[in-house]
Amino acid sequence: MRPVTEAELAEAVAGASEPLLVRGGGTRVLGHAVGEVLETSGLSGVELYEPGALTLVVRAGTAVAEVERVLAAERQRLAFEVPDLRGLLGREGVSTIGGVLAANASGPRRVQVGAARDAALGVRFVDGLGAVVKNGGRVMKNVTGYDLVKLMAGSRGALGVLTEVSFKVQALPEAEATLVIEGLDDAAGLASLRAALGSPFDVSGAARHSGRSFVRVEGMAGSVAYRIGRLRDLVGGEVTVVEGEASGQLWRDIRDVTPFAGRPGEVWRIVTLPTAAEGVSARIGGEAIWDWGGGLIWVLTEHGQGAEVAAAVAGRGHATLMRGEGGPVFPPEAPEVAALVAGLKERFDPRGILNRGMMG
Amino acid sequence: MDMPVPDGGVIARKGRIVSRLRTVLPGDAVIDAPEELRVYECDALTAYRCVPLAAVLPRTTEEVSAVLQICSEEGVPVVPRGSGTSLAGGAMPSADAVILGVARMNEVLETDYANRFIRVQSGRTNLSVSGAVEAEGFFYAPDPSSQLACAIAGNIAMNSGGAHCLKYGVTTNNLLGVRMVKMDGTVVTLGGPWGEPAGLDLLGVVCGSEGQLGVVTEAWLRILPKPEGARPVLVGFNSNEVAGACVAGIIRAGILPVAIEFMDRPCIRATEAFAKAGYPDCEALLIIEVEGSEAEIVEQLARIRAIAMAHDPVEFREAADEDQARRIWLGRKSAFGAMGQINDYMCLDGTIPVSSLPHVLKRIGEMSREFGLDVGNVFHAGDGNMHPLILFDANKPVDLEKCEAFGAEILKLCVEVGGCLTGEHGVGIEKRDLMAVQFSATDMEAQMRVKDVFDPKWLLNPAKVFPLASSAARRVG
Repeated sequence: MRPVTEAELAEAVAGASEPLLVRGGGTRVLGHAVGEVLETSGLSGVELYEPGALTLVVRAGTAVAEVERVLAAERQRLAFEVPDLRGLLGREGVSTIGGVLAANASGPRRVQVGAARDAALGVRFVDGLGAVVKNGGRVMKNVTGYDLVKLMAGSRGALGVLTEVSFKVQALPEAEATLVIEGLDDAAGLASLRAALGSPFDVSGAARHSGRSFVRVEGMAGSVAYRIGRLRDLVGGEVTVVEGEASGQLWRDIRDVTPFAGRPGEVWRIVTLPTAAEGVSARIGGEAIWDWGGGLIWVLTEHGQGAEVAAAVAGRGHATLMRGEGGPVFPPEAPEVAALVAGLKERFDPRGILNRGMMG
Repeated sequence: MDMPVPDGGVIARKGRIVSRLRTVLPGDAVIDAPEELRVYECDALTAYRCVPLAAVLPRTTEEVSAVLQICSEEGVPVVPRGSGTSLAGGAMPSADAVILGVARMNEVLETDYANRFIRVQSGRTNLSVSGAVEAEGFFYAPDPSSQLACAIAGNIAMNSGGAHCLKYGVTTNNLLGVRMVKMDGTVVTLGGPWGEPAGLDLLGVVCGSEGQLGVVTEAWLRILPKPEGARPVLVGFNSNEVAGACVAGIIRAGILPVAIEFMDRPCIRATEAFAKAGYPDCEALLIIEVEGSEAEIVEQLARIRAIAMAHDPVEFREAADEDQARRIWLGRKSAFGAMGQINDYMCLDGTIPVSSLPHVLKRIGEMSREFGLDVGNVFHAGDGNMHPLILFDANKPVDLEKCEAFGAEILKLCVEVGGCLTGEHGVGIEKRDLMAVQFSATDMEAQMRVKDVFDPKWLLNPAKVFPLASSAARRVG
């Protein structure tokens, strides 16, 4: 099914007698949900864009590329750097903005500006019974009622189908530059990322892979030059500076996990503490890409490493199986949290038809 | 203000309830003498008062759990209280309710600079969180004006903001995880020091739920390295419209000040008479603060100056030193006190799209004449969060009524232009009955479902946030 209005979508959900597989562009779907495909890509288009107020309201099925084009025309962007995981996951399709929020998909700049959920100002969605719900709005400060915007962000369609999303957007920076640090082992290379993030120099990216660490700053040209200079003294190692488009490409590769695309094996996405990054990686083995100063680890391993990964992150974060046959895909919740999650699913989707089985 | 009829059965069982609470808490942590309970009869919304059944002051998560379990078994409503600074009546009790104050839970449990977080007990005050990490060059970003007194528990309950959230976000953007006790006594951990949840973002909906989903006892908070420096400028204009255009111009140019504050003429005059900060007598005044190294500050201010000059300001004043910077902020920080010198006031905090500013200020001016009450406007201009201060005489009941009616009209206007009822203070009891202006019955039903899951008996801070009529059926169950 591919409704083209919110009303049609609501009717489709209300009238559904079988489970539905909710899908934006299908470029970042995880897990094993089954059902008739309900696509949101028919709900497309910008509802409202006020560059002077940094606010964008857009229908959920709008292509991310279209959103980025509209913003770029006003020299603005989505602050949280939407990852394009098609290469990594071996998917085709057109990523939608609703899918991005439903997956809370966020890139390297999360260390500076937060995730998709932090930029989200409002949502409209259709719940499991076909009722249209709105929450939040288009203004940056809003504490009116409960924040269901955050609840919907990252809910992967389990509580409702997003039909409209509003975001706070960001001005494109005048300049960007990246310190490329070589000659440090993983322990020292990760420590240099933590030192950069603990400095007042407003780092917008801190990552490491293939024996090199990367630290990014963005902003006005004079300020970028100043902060690069100060950070160079702080991080150690052998430093070169990459600017402009070369820096942009470097971060797109980290954002999209390009080094693992097309290579055999399982891919895990691990969220942990920066100081635990090296220990977790060493225990799992395989190859690692560290982002968020070590707080995010992408791991490429042989197949069937689920138990080993779970043991490595126990008490230090959590791991999601992004690509591979094993499972579980999503980590199990503590029983008292699982009870809350089950209660919410029961109330937002009493018939249990939305993305059944996706999040376990 | 309508409140539900207190449960006579609960009040009749006060003796038994208090003695059960004394079995799980030290003697001085259970307060039941009516004269001692007067302290808890209201929060900073002082127009409404009610002495609670009892108050408890636990010191640990385990004590909170034991208290809630007893209250749950006894069917006693519980009203959580941070420092009692809510302007919306979020901590206002009812006669059958136990106040659960977290004031004694104020320890720092862990500081971790390498991973940039601090874990505190929730009764710790906002400013003392920054105080605990200041020596290492860090700070906690959300800075509500009550930060000297307000507790992290209340900040989380109301998702508090502050003057500097244009750059750093509000509480929800700086909160990594909580330990929380549900009404039935179950302890849950949501989120954690790593920040991102594995599954549903339950932390995201707990933050801002006004103490209705659980009692937060501990929190992991993001701490940030302090910027090298900061400096404000003051810009005066002879029209609200032009001031608004200047704000949009700055944002469009890609400059992100940490704060853009706006004051209108009535407010400027009142603060000038009170604080003598040396503000120009003009229609609208902006205070814009930027951060960074000396060179970065100079670069940003030069650009702001160029944009401001294109809008023909009556004044552009840069702070040459610390003292001048302090004086620029002095008037703004004294604004509420200054208005309070003139009369009693009611402070609203609806948010509007920045582009609607001139229209909304014009309408507020017209309404001020219609209602016969003066109003001054202070405004977080960068994010559209208004703070109209309506002056009235609390000794005249008819004035309070008029003031509330005027306030309601302003908030309806905020919603009408695409904004919301409250940007940082919360709904509490104050704006409860206006929720239907912003939300449909279905919208509110979706929110109340969340409370059904966390607190099926609706005992936790029950008569807040939702219009009494819409929550009635649930509160009875």
